[in-house]
Amino acid sequence: MEVLGIPDPWVWGAYIACILVTLLCVIYGILNWNKGDEDEEGQIKEELEWEQKELEMEEKELGF
Amino acid sequence: MDILLLSIIILIYTLILGYTGYVAWKRTKTAEEFMVAGRTTHPYIMAMSYGATFISTAAIVGFGGIAGQYGMGILWLVFFNIMVGIFIAFVLFGKKTRKMGHNLGALTFPEFLSRRFESKFIQYFSGFVIFLGMPLYASVVLIGAARFMETTLKMDFHLAIIIMAVIVALYVVLGGIKGVMYTDALQGTIMFLGMIFLVLATYYLLGGITESHQALTNMASMVPESVRAVGGTGWTSFPTLGSPFWWTLVSTIILGVGIGVLAQPQLVVRFMTVKSNKELNRGVLIGGIFIFIITGSAYIVGSLSNVFFFQQTGQIAVQAAQGNIDKIIPIFINSALPEWFTYLFMLTLISAVMSTLSSQFHVQGTSMGRDIYETIFNKKGEHSVTITRIGILIAVIIALLLAFILPGSIIAQGTALFFGICAAAFLSAYICALFWKRATKNGVIAGMVLGTLTSLFWLLFVYGKTATSLGILKALNGQNMLISAQPWSLVDPLVIAVPVAMIITVLVSLITRPPSKQHIDKCFKGL
Repeated sequence: MEVLGIPDPWVWGAYIACILVTLLCVIYGILNWNKGDEDEEGQIKEELEWEQKELEMEEKELGF
Repeated sequence: MDILLLSIIILIYTLILGYTGYVAWKRTKTAEEFMVAGRTTHPYIMAMSYGATFISTAAIVGFGGIAGQYGMGILWLVFFNIMVGIFIAFVLFGKKTRKMGHNLGALTFPEFLSRRFESKFIQYFSGFVIFLGMPLYASVVLIGAARFMETTLKMDFHLAIIIMAVIVALYVVLGGIKGVMYTDALQGTIMFLGMIFLVLATYYLLGGITESHQALTNMASMVPESVRAVGGTGWTSFPTLGSPFWWTLVSTIILGVGIGVLAQPQLVVRFMTVKSNKELNRGVLIGGIFIFIITGSAYIVGSLSNVFFFQQTGQIAVQAAQGNIDKIIPIFINSALPEWFTYLFMLTLISAVMSTLSSQFHVQGTSMGRDIYETIFNKKGEHSVTITRIGILIAVIIALLLAFILPGSIIAQGTALFFGICAAAFLSAYICALFWKRATKNGVIAGMVLGTLTSLFWLLFVYGKTATSLGILKALNGQNMLISAQPWSLVDPLVIAVPVAMIITVLVSLITRPPSKQHIDKCFKGL
């Protein structure tokens, strides 16, 4: 069977698989667009502390 | 070459880049503001800057060239890039890494592993692996942009390398080492639009999707005898199972890069800079589309370039590029697409190199200063800056030298090698760190060291391509490879070294004393 002008199922399979996995990412993203922000404040605070430490490290080690 | 057009495009591009840089700079004068601004970053800016950091010239020029040689079977790599590099990485690894990294106060990837398993050895060992391995990757990224400049500007390749290195060095020295999100996002956007234009233009040029694939299918008889002998069957069919062509495509290119991406130090650190899990959820959507367009387009265009070259010159892509597959994409874009696009695309590639290399030098610098120097000598601060800068300088020089001496058709191979070494050294440790509480310090160290050694041993003595060209075994006993029986000399080091590391980690962990419950509770707090 030829799909989109490609005879080998291992190759057109890859073509289709790429589209499907992208759709998976899109659907996952849409379903979870607003999820994961329980305790967003706490997460952002953690993140701020981390970046502060990273900046200190950069100054100390890279001198920038 | 149209100097006027080129100058106008460079001028406009620099002005826009300068303006976005200025806007970003104005908004983020202090470190505090920089971080606060980050809280309200638009997901689009966030995702595009991700993309610009992850995708380098290697993916577009190097792997696009591989597609020109191996055909569309390489689309499995796009599948892995999205499935593993985005979906699994963000959903399964990213959230846990973020939380655990914060629990442990780790700033670099080696530090993350070291604190998780309470071992300083892990930190400097990982630091060394990164520091020694990365120049290879940096040099192939440089080569990618230089090949494009060579073709577009009709310039000497070595001169192009030097110009690229000077541009990058200036960028790093001027303080660009902390990638400014807005300029990254601009680069990401140009790359994204450029690749859409590229793939649509190619399909249009060749008469449509099915038609162009069909034309490529009809070219199967054009496969040179030498390629047919090693398993090549055409550009729309997979190589013969178990043939040399098949092993390189599957074990080195598809698995090496597809799986190896999980253990990339820069990527892991990115997870710790993500604001919240919400950001990661949204990143899956935007990242998935971004990788699909960029890598998918590059590989499809690389394969289809065969049809174009055949119609124009009667040659296949590899022949049109005089045997150097790194030149396939540059030559195709230069001969098939309008001049303004070629110039714009070249600038995009140059800026992609700048953002990728500056973040690589950042990782190398910190692995030298923090992970190696400070950990071994137990010193904080004092000479770190000097040591790090000398380290970065050495890394840049090694990358430059490599770029001069490496042979043609090297970009994808070099990238795959680096990804493979990272996977061999870090993947089992990283997976155990996140998912297996019973893993012990000794188990992880044993797995890491043996994984790395296996990978190096395989590279130096068994894997045909590297063993033959390095010639160490030849100097020792006159043979090219230790095991000449097929398929061993064709199997990528990663296929052997990753399972070895995994098995050793598990076995040694099971016979050594488990980590304290207190430590595990600290690592997994909130998980």
